[in-house]
Amino acid sequence: MILGTLSLHAQSFLEKSQISGSFQTDAQYYMLDKDIDITDLYGKKFGINGFGKINYTNGNFSAGLRFEAFLPELNGFRNELNGVGLANIFATYDNGFIGITVGDIYDQFGSGLVFRSYEEWSLGMDNSLRGMRVIVRPTAGVTLKGVYGRQRFYWAPYLERDFNYDDYRGIVRGVDGEWNLNQSIPAMNYSEFKMSIGGSFVSKKQYDQSLFYYIPENVGAAAGRINLGYGRFAFTTEYAYKINDPSAINNFIYKEGQSLLSSLSYSQKGLGIVLQVKRTDNMSFKSMYTAKQNDLDINFIPPINYTHTHSLPSMYTYSTQPNGEMAAQFQVNYTIPKGTWLGGKYGTKLTLNMSQVNDIVRDSIMDQGQMTINKRGTLGYASNFFAISDHRFFRDINFEIDKKISRDWHLTAQYINLYYDIETIEGHAGAPPVQANIAFLDVTYKINKKQSIRLELQGLWEKEVKKGYVYDESEKKDYQKRGDWAFGLIEYTINPHWSFSIADKWNYGNPVPEFRDHYFTGTVSYIHEATRIMLSGGRQSEGVVCVGGVCRTVPASSGVSLTVSTSF
Amino acid sequence: MKKLFVLLFAVLVVSGLHAQQKSDLPNVTIKDLQGKDVNIAKLSNNGKPFVITFWATWCGPCIKEHNALDEVYQDWKDETGVKIYSVSIDDSRTTAKVKPFVEGKGWDFEVLLDANGDLKRAMNVNNPPHTFLFDGSGKIVYQHTGYFDGAEEELYEEILKLKK
Repeated sequence: MILGTLSLHAQSFLEKSQISGSFQTDAQYYMLDKDIDITDLYGKKFGINGFGKINYTNGNFSAGLRFEAFLPELNGFRNELNGVGLANIFATYDNGFIGITVGDIYDQFGSGLVFRSYEEWSLGMDNSLRGMRVIVRPTAGVTLKGVYGRQRFYWAPYLERDFNYDDYRGIVRGVDGEWNLNQSIPAMNYSEFKMSIGGSFVSKKQYDQSLFYYIPENVGAAAGRINLGYGRFAFTTEYAYKINDPSAINNFIYKEGQSLLSSLSYSQKGLGIVLQVKRTDNMSFKSMYTAKQNDLDINFIPPINYTHTHSLPSMYTYSTQPNGEMAAQFQVNYTIPKGTWLGGKYGTKLTLNMSQVNDIVRDSIMDQGQMTINKRGTLGYASNFFAISDHRFFRDINFEIDKKISRDWHLTAQYINLYYDIETIEGHAGAPPVQANIAFLDVTYKINKKQSIRLELQGLWEKEVKKGYVYDESEKKDYQKRGDWAFGLIEYTINPHWSFSIADKWNYGNPVPEFRDHYFTGTVSYIHEATRIMLSGGRQSEGVVCVGGVCRTVPASSGVSLTVSTSF
Repeated sequence: MKKLFVLLFAVLVVSGLHAQQKSDLPNVTIKDLQGKDVNIAKLSNNGKPFVITFWATWCGPCIKEHNALDEVYQDWKDETGVKIYSVSIDDSRTTAKVKPFVEGKGWDFEVLLDANGDLKRAMNVNNPPHTFLFDGSGKIVYQHTGYFDGAEEELYEEILKLKK
């Protein structure tokens, strides 16, 4: 009888059980290629990055794990990733009122100015928090969250210090609350006026190991946000403040940090307009004061410029400068209606985007009896909140037209005017900025229901290349600008499985004739439902790969690569 | 402790493999364009099939797929009653742009924001675009990653199969 009841329970338990997961592996075989200066592989012929994850859910309960293997990591990924193991493991119970998660946590407060833990597999980036999270939703529209834990630092163990990593990560603790008035106040449920407010507080407890400075062991940061909407207008803003937090990134100054991110938008069917502004001042926030690059970031300061995805337009991609930036971005999306002279039978989609980022203004201050600016161990500098420096980091003005011409022809074209301060963004000391005109044309012709052909033509024309030869102090070698590029691609697809493409990226305008190289690639990919297998061979040029506003540099390479990705 | 957890997990996985599925919709809460919470486990389309498609404003093939779906959406709705949920995985760089972008393109889908990838992880999406077709009871009957011109035809054939 008891057994019977038990087995009945077990059966209903089993019936609700669900398993899902995903898997991906990227492998590359490297080859020597004297033409593009690869004369030594340093003993590395293969690189393989792989992960597999499994999720289990049963009603309000879910759990998952992700296994990763970098044996060894692909070129361009941090060598700290080299290794294999269980990278992520968690269990969650959430009944709608309360949600508890133990294990490795991903979460974000507001727009992430004081806290965001996330992963971007394609960049080898993961700052998940190993610890606990509690979410309480006491009434409709109100969400309260608390998290604490230690961040993932490649393969460094969480419990004991690993001196190989120079690891003295701190603990991260945070609380966040959000109140959506429209959801919680019945009278406002269907109101044209929308409002929600939120606030967060995050602190890190770190360990002072410094011989030279007194490092604060508790650093707090707070943020407040408000989202307003009325009819077709929406306004969102978030302000964040952090107390003094000397670190390797900010040159060990004891100044407080601030960040502001605001956007105003208007949308109606066929027209969308958005204006965004951002100010960042000394806002790098990491759980270890010696951490560099993207390691152990507690917060996320989003770059707000346009994200290009074609090959040449994405060659010079901006990444956030946490020590200071004044940024603005404006975008219009407009669809010329169907049936008009310019709109044609299918309508014409236009996009205009402008963005610019400058430095903040830093004024000297009186500290320890002398006038000083940005000097180690001092209060750093004073900065007028609204002042914009003449030092421009980045500017991008672009215009795109997206047009279905007929049943079989589709065309996308874009023009971009770019200014890119390569000295600041990529750290090539003394290198003059890249100023370029870039354009592409992407045409698709549908042969029939199953087959289509796509052609891409792109060009990048750089101004004043001759002046671009300098000795790069930071890399101890000559830095040479690369000048003009052309790119062409032809892709043939057979629905729903096959795609074949060949492409050539040609640095025809390099000021040094020996460097006017071709980067040929050929790719075959096969897709079956949620599985993708891609084989490609050829050369990859040196450059920066960015996803989600975070970038990594990729060295030039030559060889064959294979990607297998699936989910179930 | 970790080993115990893994072992427990393995048992659950094995038991899960024998299980009969009810709904494939994960218990994850994300937001709509008005900032309202939406629990994915509660999505439905009155017993009719629905589509969840993952995209981002910075993903070229995704925008192609959305444009193609937009052209046929009205016909599909009339013929099968299908509903399309479009889940943007744009993070805080671009979340503020999603609404003007969607309106500017003139799309009619129900758009949801998955700003920190919670739903993306729960539904095991490796790369966008990734499109799922659910039957009326919330079970995944078809999914597809990537987009080639004309791929929406195959999706429609799968939707028509559910009509029978």
